[in-house]
Amino acid sequence: MSILVDGSTRVVVQGLTGREGTFHAGQMIEYGTTVAAGVTPGKGGTTHLGRPVFDTVAEAVRAEAVDASIIFVPALAAAAAILEAAAAGLRLVVCVTEGIPVLDMVRVKARLGGTATRLIGPNTPGVISPGLAKLGIMPGRIHRPGPVGVISRSGTLTYEAVNQLTVAGLGQSTAVGIGGDPVVGLGFIDLLEMFAGDPATEAVVLIGEIGGPAEERAAALLRGGYPKPVIAYVAGLTAPQGRRMGHAGAIVSGGHGGARQKIDRLEEAGARIVRNPARIGRTAAEALGA
Amino acid sequence: MRIHEFQAKRLLAGCGVPVPRGQAVATAAEARAAAEDLGGPVVVKSQVHAGGRGRAGGVLRASSPAEAAAAAARLLGRPLITEQTGPAGRMVRRVLVEEAVAAARELYVGLALSREAEAVVLLVSPRGGVDIETVARGEPELVTRQAISPLEGLLPSQASRAARALGLEGPEAEEAAGIITALARVMEATDASLVELNPLILTAAGRLVAVDAKLDLDDNGLARHPEVQALRDPEEELPEELEAARAGLSFVRLDGDVGCMVNGAGLAMASADLIALAGGRPANFLDIGGGVSEEATAKAFAILAADPGVRSVLVNIFGGIVRCDLVARGIVRAAREGGAGLPVVIRMEGTNVELGREIMADSGLPFFTAGDMETAAREAVRLAREGGGDR
Repeated sequence: MSILVDGSTRVVVQGLTGREGTFHAGQMIEYGTTVAAGVTPGKGGTTHLGRPVFDTVAEAVRAEAVDASIIFVPALAAAAAILEAAAAGLRLVVCVTEGIPVLDMVRVKARLGGTATRLIGPNTPGVISPGLAKLGIMPGRIHRPGPVGVISRSGTLTYEAVNQLTVAGLGQSTAVGIGGDPVVGLGFIDLLEMFAGDPATEAVVLIGEIGGPAEERAAALLRGGYPKPVIAYVAGLTAPQGRRMGHAGAIVSGGHGGARQKIDRLEEAGARIVRNPARIGRTAAEALGA
Repeated sequence: MRIHEFQAKRLLAGCGVPVPRGQAVATAAEARAAAEDLGGPVVVKSQVHAGGRGRAGGVLRASSPAEAAAAAARLLGRPLITEQTGPAGRMVRRVLVEEAVAAARELYVGLALSREAEAVVLLVSPRGGVDIETVARGEPELVTRQAISPLEGLLPSQASRAARALGLEGPEAEEAAGIITALARVMEATDASLVELNPLILTAAGRLVAVDAKLDLDDNGLARHPEVQALRDPEEELPEELEAARAGLSFVRLDGDVGCMVNGAGLAMASADLIALAGGRPANFLDIGGGVSEEATAKAFAILAADPGVRSVLVNIFGGIVRCDLVARGIVRAAREGGAGLPVVIRMEGTNVELGREIMADSGLPFFTAGDMETAAREAVRLAREGGGDR
């Protein structure tokens, strides 16, 4: 078992024929993911990497019964690509694209509110259920199937954490990068809830970082009782205060965002805190008594 | 991206926000001429990308063109040190000469992107002209906030409510609502993350004028607003941060002595945390990003090596898309060109790591290698403490 993606997931790649889409779709196929189609407007009717290419996501849904998409389109076209995937009824959209204007994401998020589509990202390494499916740009070979769920706001720090788990003999049920942008789709809370209900997941590793309210919200959820051990690391304890968005920006952030506060909240809520980022794997192994 | 007050005012004036008449100038003679044009008393305001200019003495009043010239001469060509600039201050290269407008009341109006609300939030307060954070902490009832629906935009009822919260009535309230509506339009049209009038003043004659204005822009939106992008002032950016940005790197200078070169922001922060745990202090935050080339890596290393405060360098790479062999080639090249004597500790993992290690070993350069990032950080801190090799 796993969350979000598994062996039955049928994927359409939006932006398949571009340089990044081609490279990463190739890697996803090599990993064993069912990449069923690509979408590039104007290239419908052709094939790429042996997959049929369509002009629209809706056509890919009709012809290939895809249920999830991964997006590799340029930043200024990405918001429209996400909304197109949602309008076509896909249950999962993973947006790898980075550099999307945040006001675009504010609108996208509001419009996804009334749909059944779940968005991962943007600016995410993606989601992988080791041995089953990879919708993302993470190096597949560092992952192993196993009992640990991973949720992270980072890219390479997620690889680091996963690698430590694998080295410690702990595989992963699913590893999800929620994305590093100010406004993203699924957050820590959504994923913690999914992992709570996943029988294959025995513990969750949560990788946070400074800025935004995500870790504080996760802590609030954990405080209400969580059925599995949570191991948390928050990066940026030594980072200087970020450039402030001026006074109004600092006010609307409501005092959230510092690493110290995030760590304190998570610890109070019962998470096992990792202070040394080189010891994420070992701490998870201790938590699982492995 | 930040822009200057005079640029923000010009942009806002174009959208119907009333601002004082004024002109940005670079010399005392131009300041005199501008004051003559305006007639009457003027304010001479330093144009730097930092707040707190008034309290720091960067804003001077002048009652004649001669006084305006003298004020400009005092401000121009010197660093202005405010609570936001750090001890080095920021060089004043331009001043804004503006008609002095007497305030009967000082108000606050701001629109800011809120991560928590995942929306733009409208903030107003009848207590303007002071630090709005202090007002929000001490007298929260004086700050009215309303989230703007991302789909419907600012509603007329929200603008009217904000105007009432400013303590305005009748035509003044209508004008304030119009200004707020214009601000929301500017925010949308420029991909701003913050637009702020502090203060927006009410004159004795019942006129509203934005005496100070601030506009922060989302870097990710600049590509679709070339007219806004043109407002970038490269002189306001640290030279090495600018150089890094041109090479596609993200660089922030800190005050320690262990230079860091890492791929990915999260891993870069984790590396800094490890340096601190080992008793050291990072000299910078340098994220070489996801699609880095040999060229960009060499540039990154050169930026670190050029900083005299750097006593050792920690390279921490987890190759996913980034190939360790490319990074290794870049470091070897840069170290040969200009890193002499600087101890370098390298920890690499991931794509093509064996090839990367081979390149480092074959270079004949005295790199320290570490198998995990904790050992690497400890080693880098130890080397920095020992005095940075031959430096």
